Amino acid sequence: MKYRIITPVEKDIIKELRAGDSVFLSGIIYTARDQAHKRIADALNEGKEIPFDLNNSAIYYSGPTPEHDDFIIGSCGPTTSSRMDKFSPLLMDHGNLVMIGKGQRNKAVRDAIIRNGAVYLGAAGGLGAMMAACVKKAEIIAYPDLGCEAVRRLVVEDMPLTVIIDSEGNDLYEIGPAEYLRSIDI
Amino acid sequence: MKEIDASLITETVSNLCIQANTDLCFDIVQAINDAYEAETWEPARETLLNIKENIKIAKEKELPICQDTGMVSVYIIMGPDVHINGDLVKAVNDGVSDGYTRGFLRKSMVRDPLRRVNTEDNTPAFITIEPAQGDYFKIIVSPKGCGSENKCKLKFLNPTDGEDEIVRFVVDTVKEAGAAPCPPIVIGVGIGGNFEKVAYLSKKALLRPLFKHNSDPYYANLEKRVMEEVNKLGIGPQGFGGRTTCLGVAIETLPTHVAGLPVAVNISCHVTRRKCAEL
Repeated sequence: MKYRIITPVEKDIIKELRAGDSVFLSGIIYTARDQAHKRIADALNEGKEIPFDLNNSAIYYSGPTPEHDDFIIGSCGPTTSSRMDKFSPLLMDHGNLVMIGKGQRNKAVRDAIIRNGAVYLGAAGGLGAMMAACVKKAEIIAYPDLGCEAVRRLVVEDMPLTVIIDSEGNDLYEIGPAEYLRSIDI
Repeated sequence: MKEIDASLITETVSNLCIQANTDLCFDIVQAINDAYEAETWEPARETLLNIKENIKIAKEKELPICQDTGMVSVYIIMGPDVHINGDLVKAVNDGVSDGYTRGFLRKSMVRDPLRRVNTEDNTPAFITIEPAQGDYFKIIVSPKGCGSENKCKLKFLNPTDGEDEIVRFVVDTVKEAGAAPCPPIVIGVGIGGNFEKVAYLSKKALLRPLFKHNSDPYYANLEKRVMEEVNKLGIGPQGFGGRTTCLGVAIETLPTHVAGLPVAVNISCHVTRRKCAEL
């Protein structure tokens, strides 16, 4: 199935998504990766303020290249999500609903996805130039000292994504290769 | 004696950094095109088509193909009849600094592995100097992102182990890496030498164009076998399933000790970057 989705996303829409579905995402998403996750998690644990409202939020694990003068953003593909695994359940438990990245997640993340009715979307790794074309607005809203790892508020349009782990915990990284192998076995 | 000014090395390295990150090597592009033609699994075909499109956009807009413009390995291959007017290491690092700033490439290097403060210009480069004959002088610039670097592995097999155990180690490494290193991947395998040399061999293997096999037919066959076994995993482009998990395998070897069989598996993404120039 193909879905056009606008953020902030509601849980009943996420519930419809199945591992392997295509999603074209528009609206506001926030970039955060390793160090930003660490700071956000620390702030949550200490009851301090965090840079953006986590409720129904979409977080993109990406650290873009610097932008040329004529560009909104530089190349901005996804980074490896598993490095965020130790922080993601906490963020989901505080309202984060959509994670965008690449690569496998651990069991704790999958459990938190099911528990919170969240979703893990895959952006194609290594396709940074193509992703940049979907970004219509970009501004750093927190942790500018982190450089490429600063938290950015992006406005995206029809960002091409794939459902990797749906809200029931089905995982495309298991299903996709298995289905392919079955198809050549015939 | 050939005289080369340090400033020419700086300029060359700077240009190579930008070219490597925005204009994918010909052999990798070819391999991706071939893989697209050969794929029958629809999600894999779609993904490869996107990969092709991304390469095109990057080249046209002079945008980095991938936002992780990597750590920069620089190989200087030089003969004894070359004299550098100036400091070679500084010249290379100045080139990286200039290329990454001028080319709007991402600065991913931190000065210290634990205290993690960014160096702001993607230096230092990791420089290797290899001897050559006469007045030959070549620079290879190979930036590599950390998504694939994080998935590399090194293991000491037993000297009584053989091809089967090596194939199994590579296949297990690729399987465990899954979608994270951005498949379809390129695999460099180092066999032999010692702890530090086997890792170097695996990286050196990645510098070889995909259409060239090991000059020793025994290892050329092993390269083909590893590739076949890896592509039986079905991981496919981006891990969504398909026959193209791997675009190429290159093996490099060195003599080793009677008691050991070191093997290093260097996983590289579909944006395997290397550009070179002879001066």
